[in-house]
Amino acid sequence: MLVTKRKAIEEIVRFTNGETAVFLLGCDGCAAASGTGGEADILELEKELTRSGLEVTGSKVVDFLCQKALIRKGLRPFSAALAEADSIVVSTCGIGIQATATVAKLPVHPACDTVSLGGIRGEWQGEERCAECGQCFLEYTGGVCPLTACAKQLVNGPCGGAKDGRCEVEPDVRRCAWQVIYDRLDRQGRLDLLRTAPLQVKDHAKMRPPEELRGTRRWAIDLATNGEVAR
Amino acid sequence: MKLTDLFEQGKFVVTSEVAPPKGTDLEEMHENAELLRSRVDAINITDQQSSVMRLGSLVASQQLKDRGIEPIFQATCRDRNRIALQSDLLSAWAAGIENVLCLTGDHVSLGDTPGAKPVFDLDSVSLLAAARKLNQGVDMEENELLGKTNFALGAVVTPDADPVEPQLIKMGRKVDAGAAFFQTQAVFDAETFAAFMERARSFGVPVLAGIILLKSAGMARFMNANIAGVNVPQALIDEMAATAKGDRRAKSVEIAARIVRDVKEVCQGVHIMPLGWEKQVPAVLDAAGI
Repeated sequence: MLVTKRKAIEEIVRFTNGETAVFLLGCDGCAAASGTGGEADILELEKELTRSGLEVTGSKVVDFLCQKALIRKGLRPFSAALAEADSIVVSTCGIGIQATATVAKLPVHPACDTVSLGGIRGEWQGEERCAECGQCFLEYTGGVCPLTACAKQLVNGPCGGAKDGRCEVEPDVRRCAWQVIYDRLDRQGRLDLLRTAPLQVKDHAKMRPPEELRGTRRWAIDLATNGEVAR
Repeated sequence: MKLTDLFEQGKFVVTSEVAPPKGTDLEEMHENAELLRSRVDAINITDQQSSVMRLGSLVASQQLKDRGIEPIFQATCRDRNRIALQSDLLSAWAAGIENVLCLTGDHVSLGDTPGAKPVFDLDSVSLLAAARKLNQGVDMEENELLGKTNFALGAVVTPDADPVEPQLIKMGRKVDAGAAFFQTQAVFDAETFAAFMERARSFGVPVLAGIILLKSAGMARFMNANIAGVNVPQALIDEMAATAKGDRRAKSVEIAARIVRDVKEVCQGVHIMPLGWEKQVPAVLDAAGI
């Protein structure tokens, strides 16, 4: 299971910088178990966003957002609501956010930080990977994870090592992550994000799952199996 | 002496570089530095370039400083986390080093120790930001220092990248983080470089054009195929190919001098990478009128 933690509403609103309407996407898998992406969580997020002055044009909880085919299917009935939205706020793990960013034409804003796999991997068949860093960078990278897609895990832009858009480490199989990021933001007319993003510094301390998350459903089952009691 | 002081005086700055040995015998490195000493303002000491394990750039920089040669201490993020990097920068200042070139560094898979852990805790931008903090008297966590640094901070950029836009964006981020001068990847096409400088000028930071001495047509073809951001025009490859082996050094000097002449009006200096041909560097500068 991918354990996620909801970001503060202020941070999510800051991501929407200048936008007026958003579509909400949740996930009924691990994110629901983490209390971030289930029906009730999305309803709560919708309330908070509306209170902050944003219009929510629609919402959907998909199981599971790590599956791009399911995202496409889940979003199909919402073309009108999506057409009215400036972006999609995705409340789930790093893989679900990346998978949505790959599938959707709209920019994607992460509503969560992913802190742990919690022992079991999410269901996915695509190339998106999540490093469970606890400080999701996807907002600044067009929904492409720089920690898993870049061989050097660079978070402030490309190194000088890419040639013809391919990574110097495995040019045959790996595109330069920052080229992918650049191309996607260019397509969305959002290149300015690369210039204005705050200086990014990895905080490895955030990779430790917070105490309060150790009480989630999955953890509770696991602990009970071990004969322990969840706090 | 800080490189930034020279730029402020309006000087056309010339730098070059030497590589510490794989081993403990520093004689050849010092010989190469002596060949360059009278003609350059400062010398870069590479930090285990191409991810090949070597003697460290910090002690090698200190040794040059002790011999009266101004070092530019190259520091990469490949092998050290932010604690070690900040600590080495403090040590460098204590050793009398005043110029630092902050780099991300090559990936370990390109070198002679591919199983090593690639660290990259920081990157070129966050390393610059960290070094600037040390200059201000605090560390990355804002803890106060007992005695601060006062480095001239440098960075690198690739003017001939395709596309060049991401390089320019990152250059801007490096300037924002504290870069006070730039050395570039090798320049072979003065027109492309001038077009790059046209856009880079707005950052208001001095740029030293990178100059590599071409040794042969084969070397040029190898770099075109394998080195990111290096593009030797076909005309130069043909020129080298048409040169008899015995005349190659003279031709190499002629070509390098021509590039220096063609770029010197649009930049604030040159950084010459002799790659073993240190002896030829004075001739390049003579022929370029520097």
